[in-house]
Amino acid sequence: MAQRIDVKDLNIYYGDFLAVQDVAMTIEPESVTALIGPSGCGKSTYLRTLNRMHEVIPGARVEGSVQLEGVDLYGSDVDPVAVRRNVGMVFQRPNPFPTMSIRDNVLAGVKLNNKRISKADADDLVESSLHGANLWNEVKDRLEKPGSGLSGGQQQRLCIARAIAVKPQVLLMDEPCSALDPISTIAIEDLIGELKNDYTIVIVTHNMQQAARVSDRTAFFNIAGTGKPGKLIEMDDTSTIFSSPAEKSTEDYVSGRFG
Amino acid sequence: MSITDSPPRAGTRAVRRRRSSDRGFNRAFRWIAVGAGVLILVVLAAVALFLLWQAWPAITAGSTELASAVPRYPEETSLLGYVGPLVFGTLLAAVLALCLAVPVAIGIALFISHYSPRRLSQVLGYLVDLLAAIPSVVYGLWGFLVLAPVLTPLWLWLNENLSWIPLYGGQASTTGRAMATVGVVLAVMILPIITAVSREVFLQTPKLHEEAALALGATRWEVVRTAVLPFGRSGVISAAMLGLGRALGETMAVLMIISPGFSYGLDILAAGQHQTIAAYIAADFPESTGLGINTLIATGLALFVITLAVNMTARWIVARRKEFSGAN
Amino acid sequence: MSVATGTTNTADATERTRALLTAADPGRRRTDLVMRSLIWFAFALAMVPLVWLLWTVTVEGVGRMSIDFLSLSMRNIFGGDPTGGIYHAIMGTLVITGIAALISVPVGVLTAIYLVEYGRGWLAKAVTFFVDVMTGIPSIVAGLFAFSLFALFLGPSAQMGFMGAIALSVLMIPVVVRSCEEMLKLVPNELREASYALGVPKWLTIVKVVLRTSIAGLTTGVLLAVARVIGETAPLLVTVGVTDSINMNPFDGRMMTLPVFSYRQYHQGYAPCPSGESASCVADIAFQNAWGSALVLIAIVLVLNIVGRLVNRWFSPKLR
Repeated sequence: MAQRIDVKDLNIYYGDFLAVQDVAMTIEPESVTALIGPSGCGKSTYLRTLNRMHEVIPGARVEGSVQLEGVDLYGSDVDPVAVRRNVGMVFQRPNPFPTMSIRDNVLAGVKLNNKRISKADADDLVESSLHGANLWNEVKDRLEKPGSGLSGGQQQRLCIARAIAVKPQVLLMDEPCSALDPISTIAIEDLIGELKNDYTIVIVTHNMQQAARVSDRTAFFNIAGTGKPGKLIEMDDTSTIFSSPAEKSTEDYVSGRFG
Repeated sequence: MSITDSPPRAGTRAVRRRRSSDRGFNRAFRWIAVGAGVLILVVLAAVALFLLWQAWPAITAGSTELASAVPRYPEETSLLGYVGPLVFGTLLAAVLALCLAVPVAIGIALFISHYSPRRLSQVLGYLVDLLAAIPSVVYGLWGFLVLAPVLTPLWLWLNENLSWIPLYGGQASTTGRAMATVGVVLAVMILPIITAVSREVFLQTPKLHEEAALALGATRWEVVRTAVLPFGRSGVISAAMLGLGRALGETMAVLMIISPGFSYGLDILAAGQHQTIAAYIAADFPESTGLGINTLIATGLALFVITLAVNMTARWIVARRKEFSGAN
Repeated sequence: MSVATGTTNTADATERTRALLTAADPGRRRTDLVMRSLIWFAFALAMVPLVWLLWTVTVEGVGRMSIDFLSLSMRNIFGGDPTGGIYHAIMGTLVITGIAALISVPVGVLTAIYLVEYGRGWLAKAVTFFVDVMTGIPSIVAGLFAFSLFALFLGPSAQMGFMGAIALSVLMIPVVVRSCEEMLKLVPNELREASYALGVPKWLTIVKVVLRTSIAGLTTGVLLAVARVIGETAPLLVTVGVTDSINMNPFDGRMMTLPVFSYRQYHQGYAPCPSGESASCVADIAFQNAWGSALVLIAIVLVLNIVGRLVNRWFSPKLR
């Protein structure tokens, strides 16, 4: 069910301000693609255009095309709500719904899409999603407790379970480990390694080691200076980016000389 | 207003302490400010005490004594039995207004916080606040002379076709001077306060939770339902209670619209059934003397206690909520 | 969806994806649309009484507007005589509200200063809480309080403007505190610290830096608080009473105010005109007077509101 994403000539604007310029990239299915780059280079903004989440920000708009298996996400007949259902997202800070139990959090997306789900089906889905997020064993005895009672790492895995419960094709992750401790980070990274068998995964990260550990392909974004648009500098296999990148700035960045 | 680091603060405090020892002004100014704060507490206590003091003769008087001094005082009735229907009328009017106002106010608050164009939202908020700025005597004039005649056919229709619903029973008023009209006017008057408080709470909904819902493929309404409303629930409850407090104490609109009565009935379409405490006091005060005034003040004391309880509960919920959201 | 993707060809995958991405659930779409409409409708619904009321008051009241109406009192005006005016009520409202403001503004601003600049511990918490509670005191109760207070000194039949001003102050103080507190909180701590760093004592910092920075906001708060109480009727009915003559002395006898005048005229109802309606006997003159004074009152309230908002917008320093 993983799908390929093709991005062509993509410009992202905030009002009149060009935030990200001229991105073209192909994201392979059943792989992990990491987006790296210094702060403010527009990688998170770019990530949000892959499921039209940027539309939440007033004045944000895009030019160019983002195609999921050849279907333009910005086509006139495409429903943004359906796009977000098929392209799931995990955020920087874990955000389980505080008023819902763990079980209801997992089912939140499904209940939106299909209100009549039998109890047995719901139980199966909760179990399989929590298994998928490597969280089942830790929470199976307290499914009715509020999700906010979990640790940060558990909350983040709950959010992943919630995202995969709606059976998306693609998972976008916006610095999913930046608010977590190292142990929880490892758990999430292991999970990403397993999830890539079923999903196309795009992950934004500030942590170069993490990009090197989890991703198959890496894209480096950079910005020429404040007020200038962010650009995709180069994209290649992760091993190539970290060992012998084509661009000087990429090498400077991955070797920790700036950013 | 950012949270500043503690070291420079501690520093300034030390400087201040040194100076205040050689300058009396600092201390004097401080005490004036504290005194103003204390004065407010004193005033509130004084309100309660003076009402009690003036109400006391009526509270201790026998029913025959009251019956001879107070016009329209029913024979053989204790003061409580006398105030009872007024309390009932007050609560009925306020609850009716609340039922009408809360859904609309939540809608308006959501409109301003999540639906209206962002640039307009502040101006739209002002427009709703203007409803609170209109003097209640004007609401009374409008309610009696303009709204009541317009609503009367509707009340008559409800009375004719839905009289099996207890609220719509009885003999509907042909002038619209019934509790139902009062409820509508009070609802309009309390809309702004409920809207303002709900709006603030809805605006505080964490972006994180809204985005979580959006990323799951939620429509705008589903975002509101899954993230905004659960987060704002306690805020809306306290907003409603503040509105209730306003409705309980409203005088002029009730006084000018309703045709008064002293029953425990639920027939909100009928005239001559109900009266509220505040309107009753305003109506009878100018003609009362002696024990009559004491009796009116006793009913006022009842109103004060009720509104105080409602407002304190509402504020307590708000305050508790603040601690909650601070912890998150 | 359990079929492995690898075995399907690209065209097939495109079609399936297109189906997924364009499949809007009609039921959910409808719910979204219905709720959106309801929410827009709720706002429109609230605008109906606002527009209707302002329109009615303007239409009904404008006919009565004249120099005479604004400059004469109701002294010796009886029945359907249309020559009376509201000068005494305007003056009464200005005097009583003015005194209420003179009492409330210092107390309110100082309390706000206490809460923002000094307030810590249980006393500040109690003051904050009870200021909030006080905003909910019914206006008639404030009137009864003032009445009881003066009954202590002057006996139970006293009625005068100053009593009304006291009642209005009880209602106005919490409003002033609330809005001024918000305004003082907006003054950045950096400004205070910059002043302390120059060796300026705290009280001077408050007066010269904090108050001066927030003066526009404080003015707004005070104007809105005045607008809030200037239309109060019930407490004045209890404490100030009614009169048809001009009385400018708040310490001596009854005064008339605009809202009470409006109520009073409404209360009198239709005037008898035994010889039929004529220029000297208008049957519904009382209602016309009620609308006329309501229009003047609303105009004052709206001007206070608008000026208040504009003062803050135009004169407050840009802090951020």
